Amino acid sequence: MSLILDTLHLSHNGEAHLDGLSASFARGSLTTVLGRTLAGKTTLMRAIAGLQRIDSGTMERDGQAFGTLPAWQRDVAMVYQQFINYPHLNVFDNIAFPLRKRRLPEVDVRQRVESVLSMVGLSNFAGRKPSALSGGQQQRVALARALVRKADILLLDEPLVNLDYKLREQLREEFRGLLTSQSDGTVIYNTTEPAEAMMLGDRIIVMHQGRILQTGTPAEVFERPANTLVAGIVNDPPMTILSGRLDHGRIVFDGGVELAASAHLKNLPHGLYRFGIRATEIEPSEGRGIPGRVTFSEVSGSETFVHVETPFGEAVMQLEGVHQVTDGSQIGLSLAPERLFAFAADGEGALLRAPGQGEN
Amino acid sequence: MASIHLDQIGHSYGTAVYALEKTDMHFEDGKTYALLGPSGCGKTTMLNIISGLLTPSDGRVLLGGTDVTRTRTAERNIAQVFQFPVVYQSKTVFENLAFPLHCRGWDRSRIATRVAEIADLLGLTSRLSQSARRLTADEKQLISLGRGLVRNDVAALLMDEPLTVIDPHMKFDLRRRIKQANDQTRHTVVYVTHDQNEAMTFADEVLVMSAGRVVQRGTPQQLFEAPRNLYVGNFIGSPGMNFVRAERLDGDLRLDGVPLVGADRCRGIAPDAEIVLGIRPEHIAFAQGEELGVPASIVSAQDHGSLLVVDVAVGSDRLRMKVRRDVSFPAGQARLRVSSDQVRLYVDGVLVN
Repeated sequence: MSLILDTLHLSHNGEAHLDGLSASFARGSLTTVLGRTLAGKTTLMRAIAGLQRIDSGTMERDGQAFGTLPAWQRDVAMVYQQFINYPHLNVFDNIAFPLRKRRLPEVDVRQRVESVLSMVGLSNFAGRKPSALSGGQQQRVALARALVRKADILLLDEPLVNLDYKLREQLREEFRGLLTSQSDGTVIYNTTEPAEAMMLGDRIIVMHQGRILQTGTPAEVFERPANTLVAGIVNDPPMTILSGRLDHGRIVFDGGVELAASAHLKNLPHGLYRFGIRATEIEPSEGRGIPGRVTFSEVSGSETFVHVETPFGEAVMQLEGVHQVTDGSQIGLSLAPERLFAFAADGEGALLRAPGQGEN
Repeated sequence: MASIHLDQIGHSYGTAVYALEKTDMHFEDGKTYALLGPSGCGKTTMLNIISGLLTPSDGRVLLGGTDVTRTRTAERNIAQVFQFPVVYQSKTVFENLAFPLHCRGWDRSRIATRVAEIADLLGLTSRLSQSARRLTADEKQLISLGRGLVRNDVAALLMDEPLTVIDPHMKFDLRRRIKQANDQTRHTVVYVTHDQNEAMTFADEVLVMSAGRVVQRGTPQQLFEAPRNLYVGNFIGSPGMNFVRAERLDGDLRLDGVPLVGADRCRGIAPDAEIVLGIRPEHIAFAQGEELGVPASIVSAQDHGSLLVVDVAVGSDRLRMKVRRDVSFPAGQARLRVSSDQVRLYVDGVLVN
């Protein structure tokens, strides 16, 4: 029982927004779609909602044709980036709106609205106009209006992006509970933020240029990114990717810098690779290591981020605590060999080996 | 380039309560500042008073010692960058940058020289002949900045949530280019944001605001290590500081019976005062081997990627800790190591000693 999308194509002014996209979404699941701006995430939702016509491909819901249905027959609720509420209606009437439109008996309307109001923590605000609410409260109203319909498919398009940072932190946690309470429906949630995608989703779809690069549980996508593009998208700060060569159990970077390859890389064939390492796995080293020049460093209070230019690519290092690093200074980088990812040197850089993988 | 002095400034919209309570605020010449707080805290009001978009109900604005309270924005020589990039889509990057100079009647060769300088500063040289329409959001934002900086008499640079529409992976890059440019120009910068991460990484000094007041002003490190009250402790850091009520026994402060802070740090605190311990999620770890730790039970773990945020119960309190992904930990009961010297003490919600 699911929503199945098969080879969707959608172009606009000659640009492909969906480029042969196939995916399936089970009932009772929460999928986050992670991708950068213009990856096609919003287009995907609009296509599912029937707001934008696909050029080719098919959509099925529980074995029935779905893509050919008009939007109003699809039973899809959508929450947008901008909190959209009816300004002249109070909170209660805003949430009741979709139910009254369906001519539900007023007794049922009242009961369902009250239950959703308490879910989103707005029971005491039922009589207020949206303009008398904070941004976070307004977005909760918009979410409540989507939840109250108990729609078959719930689509959330970066719903927290216009909210304050701290509020986002709080609502993210609330959303996880609220969205999974729609036990029988299918929930899809778009975001550009890796941590949000990881926290919320049962499953993550990584999108780029109208295509799906990878689908998997948060841990799968994070620990085994399918290629260098995914590695860049799911890590914040992005994963450092350095070009080098594997030669008789050594990782050799041009200019004579070498590392002993750890067990997981040893049985890969000799040749050129792109080696990936996370910002948290790089440390400054005394004298030895990969030579580089600090281009920029910033302190977040608890952590220091150091950006380093090396002959093999740009590296980002995340250090715990506050460290004073001068821009322009020379620095050596030490990479833990057992934490290296090996990607193909050509094409999109397919993942060949991840830490802890393929050891024998 | 100029210092900014808000002399007994206060503002209320109409007859409402003060959006910005009366305050005296000084911004040194050449330093970068962030005004940090949630919507409605007064940060944009303060920024608009500096730029002249808003005339304050009380007090004076001094730029480089000159009273500009009644001076129009255009005459204050302030460069501004807003949330959404302001660019002329139909013009090239060069024309966008040259526009303010044309308006001032500069001659062609002088304009060309100056635009080249600014493009070089912001890394836009290779883009000069391109149409602005085709640029990415971060490049457009750089052009907005460049148009502000191109005049050579800029007194200060004001930015209002300039990274809001920028993708996470481009944010640091844009921040870097803005900061590197400013290292050379040394403008006084005031940067408004609700995002603690941005404020902390960008500014020399951060002013944390709430309900029309500056609650604490300090370097990022000071705000992280010694938040003055519970509000700042929660607002700075992600997740924010944990706060738990301490038990006082034989002079020591204890957490679920385990001594955490020695009596010497409680000197000067009334014996019957209620003390709250502020503990950063970064300063809690799992105890090793025979080490005595605070007994806790694991409630849940949230996967953030490189880090997990783990919810633990200690007695009747809940705390959050940050755990590296590669650290394995037990599922049920655990013992916690809390870095004692990093624990902060609060009485009546305010930091003591």
